Amino acid sequence: MLSYILKRLLIAIPVMLILIVGTFILMYTAPGSPFASERGVPPAVLANLERQYGLDQPFIVQIGSYIWNLVTQFDFGPSFIYRDQDVNDLIAQGFPVTLTYGFWSFVVAVLVGGTLGIVAAVRHNTWLDYLAVGISVGAQVLPNFVLAPILVLVFTLWLGWLPGGGWQGGQLEYIILPVIALSTSFMASIARIARASMLEVLTSNYIRTARAKGLPMRRVVMRHALKPALLPVISYLGPAFVGMITGSVVIDVYFSTGGIGQFFVASALNRDYGVMMGITVLLGALTIFFNLVVDLLYAWIDPKIRY
Amino acid sequence: MSKFTLLMTTALAVGLSGAAFAQETHPETGETLAEDQTFSYRLLDQFPTIDPQLIEETAGGHVARQIFEGLLTQDDQGELRPGVATEWTSEDNQTWTFTLRQDAMWSNGDPVTAQDFVYAWRRAADPATASEYAWYVELSQIEGASAVIAGEIPPEELAVEALDDYTLQVTLQAPLPYFPQMVVHYTFMPTHQATIEEYGADWTSPENIVSNGAYILDEIAVNEFFRLVPNPNYWNADSVIMDEITGLVINDANQALTRFRAGEFDMMDDLPAGSYPQLEEEMPETAHSVPRLCSYYYTINQSESGHEALQDPRVRQALSYMINRNVITDQVLQAGQAPAYNFTHWATAGFEMPEIDYASWSQEERQQRAMELMEEAGYGPSNPIEIDLIYNTSENHRQIATVVSQMWRPLGVTVNLSNFEWQSYLDIRGNQNFDVARSAWCGDYNEASTFLDLLTSRNANNDGKFQNEEVDRLMAESATMADPQPNYTRVEEILAEEMAIIPIYHYTQNFVLDPAIRNWPMENVENNWYVRDIYRVAE
Amino acid sequence: MLATKTAADNLAQAAPVKGRSLWADARARFFRNRAAVSGLVVLIAVGLFAAIGPFIAPWNYEDIDWAVLGNVREAGRPSLETGHWFGTDALGRDLFARTVQGTQISLMVGIVGALIAVGVGTLYGAVAGFFGGRLDNLMMRIVDVLMSIPYMFVLILLLVVFGRSMLMLFIGIGLVSWLDMARIARGQTLTLRGKEFVEAAQATGVRPFTIIMRHIVPNLLGVVIVYSTLLVPSMIIYESFISFLGLGVQEPLTSWGALINDGAAEMNNGLLWILGFPLFFFVITLFAFFFVGDGLRDALDPKDR
Repeated sequence: MLSYILKRLLIAIPVMLILIVGTFILMYTAPGSPFASERGVPPAVLANLERQYGLDQPFIVQIGSYIWNLVTQFDFGPSFIYRDQDVNDLIAQGFPVTLTYGFWSFVVAVLVGGTLGIVAAVRHNTWLDYLAVGISVGAQVLPNFVLAPILVLVFTLWLGWLPGGGWQGGQLEYIILPVIALSTSFMASIARIARASMLEVLTSNYIRTARAKGLPMRRVVMRHALKPALLPVISYLGPAFVGMITGSVVIDVYFSTGGIGQFFVASALNRDYGVMMGITVLLGALTIFFNLVVDLLYAWIDPKIRY
Repeated sequence: MSKFTLLMTTALAVGLSGAAFAQETHPETGETLAEDQTFSYRLLDQFPTIDPQLIEETAGGHVARQIFEGLLTQDDQGELRPGVATEWTSEDNQTWTFTLRQDAMWSNGDPVTAQDFVYAWRRAADPATASEYAWYVELSQIEGASAVIAGEIPPEELAVEALDDYTLQVTLQAPLPYFPQMVVHYTFMPTHQATIEEYGADWTSPENIVSNGAYILDEIAVNEFFRLVPNPNYWNADSVIMDEITGLVINDANQALTRFRAGEFDMMDDLPAGSYPQLEEEMPETAHSVPRLCSYYYTINQSESGHEALQDPRVRQALSYMINRNVITDQVLQAGQAPAYNFTHWATAGFEMPEIDYASWSQEERQQRAMELMEEAGYGPSNPIEIDLIYNTSENHRQIATVVSQMWRPLGVTVNLSNFEWQSYLDIRGNQNFDVARSAWCGDYNEASTFLDLLTSRNANNDGKFQNEEVDRLMAESATMADPQPNYTRVEEILAEEMAIIPIYHYTQNFVLDPAIRNWPMENVENNWYVRDIYRVAE
Repeated sequence: MLATKTAADNLAQAAPVKGRSLWADARARFFRNRAAVSGLVVLIAVGLFAAIGPFIAPWNYEDIDWAVLGNVREAGRPSLETGHWFGTDALGRDLFARTVQGTQISLMVGIVGALIAVGVGTLYGAVAGFFGGRLDNLMMRIVDVLMSIPYMFVLILLLVVFGRSMLMLFIGIGLVSWLDMARIARGQTLTLRGKEFVEAAQATGVRPFTIIMRHIVPNLLGVVIVYSTLLVPSMIIYESFISFLGLGVQEPLTSWGALINDGAAEMNNGLLWILGFPLFFFVITLFAFFFVGDGLRDALDPKDR
């Protein structure tokens, strides 16, 4: 097991390097510059801006110094657009926000979606099956840039129960609406995966034996079927994580949370090279990490899997 | 305790608390002030910086105006008012002397001196600072500015001098009567040298920042919110009534409006497209539309890379005449904007609107003339042309471009609409890769040259590459004239004859403001508001 | 019956018994699934709407109705008299025609995107799985690397660098999902490779690419079909997100995503139909794709009882 983990971590290094170099190249081919302004920038100032941010140096030097700073000091460099902030500051502020509501969204999506899927599987081909699938699909299909304004309309304006945005350090009332809006994005996928795998498990031999022995259905589901049925749901963690970052863009824009998703898109549109690189590296590292965790969880749940 | 003591104690307590609850009144107007003197407003986007010498957009400018104070500020009419400087004089409009007050202090107790301004202005021009607004120092005609910015001479040679701690002298390279108006701008606000030298790029964080305005930065979360609290060392701190300012970043205009209606904050501008009529109807005390010193126009590419038809002034005129501007202002924008037939905003201080011929024709006459001109130039439905119209991503721009493209159809003009996000857009427009481009220009100071200088051939922002020798000459002359209006009038006439740009409308500032907030500067066309001037009355 | 000569003669003349192929089995199972069938009906209806709509609409999708402009709240409502059956959008353009046009674009994006994803992914995965060994290792490691790249960046940058044409949109959106398809195809190919008919083909000297194209890929078809019907909704959702970012199709063309975005913005102004109609089509079409996809999977996978 340990050697497996080590091998995976070792492969991660060239993967990250390729990721960094690739993103660099892509960034530089895009037209426009972070320093473009509607009021023309004098050439001497532009030259100084480029020098300040290292853009006047040869490509190799830029990549090299970036990687060096990253590895030796965990320094992601300055933001090219937010001149008062470092990329480290921005990530330190935004990442915990996204992680918090992302985590809770996932929990809610698994609980609600998973339950719907299991119910649908247990009551296969009845109206309950269709209803459960219908609810979860309906939630996923409604785009969250339609759902978010509706949520604020209902809960902030009409009912006055919850604030319409902001984060204020993550107090409960600021987390609720973002979590609702984000969890619906992948509730259906989880419900369908849970339903499909539960169906498969329910028809397997040992479950049939348990039913034949006369065990009540609920006991069978909870004690015997649940764990193996959850395996595919766990494997969904990886793509769900990436989907969460994409979905969180809408959440950040509509609920002004200050999370990382919005920096993600804004930096690409504004050509903020520093933030783009920083977030790419962060996300790449997290994806690799998550995939590793998922594979290990696999091994833990299914004793037949061995590395 | 005895009943009597209890009674007396209670009475005393009630009496004292009653005294504490006694409502405050405004010292000048006598209105009853609300207990909650906080002001919160919405920002469209997070500002990139609040370092005055680095700011290049309005959101950062609004914040800088609360936490820093320059030599001069503006009152609610937009007229000059003493800031750190109490007097400003010049005999020849070329050498200006500012006398500073002696009780102005930084938030850390240091006195604000003329050296602070010298440091700040040099810093603005210094290419090492890499300020994207350095061109503003050049624009102000301070002697040596161009050379400093180009890196040819050191910043110390900028013609700004502290004659003593409280006297600042500035020498311009040519007389400029409206130089004091330019000094209001955030680029010329003072900054605290010791703080910047100690903390470098981190000096603007709440823990480190030292500022001299009525408020100081207390907390900031990027893309979420920021908060300002009163600066006790501000020289006029006693007159400041509002004791907290909160700015909320809300990108989506509709979301912001919903939250405004829910009472989460007090003011927002950048209203959702098309929402103003309903707001005006529903909340007449809350919705406002006031003139704003910006003009909206279409730049026409008159360089070689543009469509050849556009090189012919008759075609340009035809395109301009064909647009029914009233449809745009009354049916698309619906927020009180004025149709524009010239470039300079009608509300610019001291500006006399010239007589532009086609402004007084009826729309039918204009359209007829447009068709004739098109035929004369050799184009029209029998010889159609195709042009690329670009605009940056925004609902309003999209609507106007769509409407205009359909208005041009009878001329035999097919329009390819393309929208781009801001960075790409600047790149494309700056490289003349367009035929017609949506543009807007906001005045940097309240005088007509801020608009008309744009269309001189040496101006870096003249993206359409319009060139006219007479315009160049007239504008160069006007800088030193006692009354430049005749030149301005002639320039506007030339612009209309050549149709250098297609003016569409003059801006208004549309915003919603909680009616309990009083003394908002409705007549300041540059939209410079100072929270230290406003207050909230009790309901 | 007794084995008499008559019986034997009768049998010989009776029509040959038709065997039931596996496809027929699957089709029967599919049509027993009511949700899937209704999904199919909806898809056909939406497709007809997109195809026939332009010919029956009184207005076209880009012309502004000048009488409505500026007064959309009253004059822009859905009505049969004005010819604006779905009402107009905020600029006075007919919403029925625009919804039809948006349906065309979104369906195309979804289907073409899914085809690209499936085509590229299947071929890639099949090649990797078939050859195995070091080539497989290399190809799958490349997939891993690509999976760690945040695709949104790449998509935004692609759209910015290469301009926002329809082609770019198709390619960009399609390239987002081929990685999953490649993984799945590879897995299936590994299983298929062990089967006897493949061994036989190799033994008789059939060239590898011919084996891939003629034996592997057709057997992957089941999985591929199912997955592609499930891909189409996510392509359409992706496109709506791109429109949300302002990078979608250029005016005056539109898509569901763009229409819904506009509609959400006009909710506050009370112009609910601008959101309602496109959203309705969007939701029922995606629902239909989901149900059809599920139905196909249930039908084609005999283990799923």
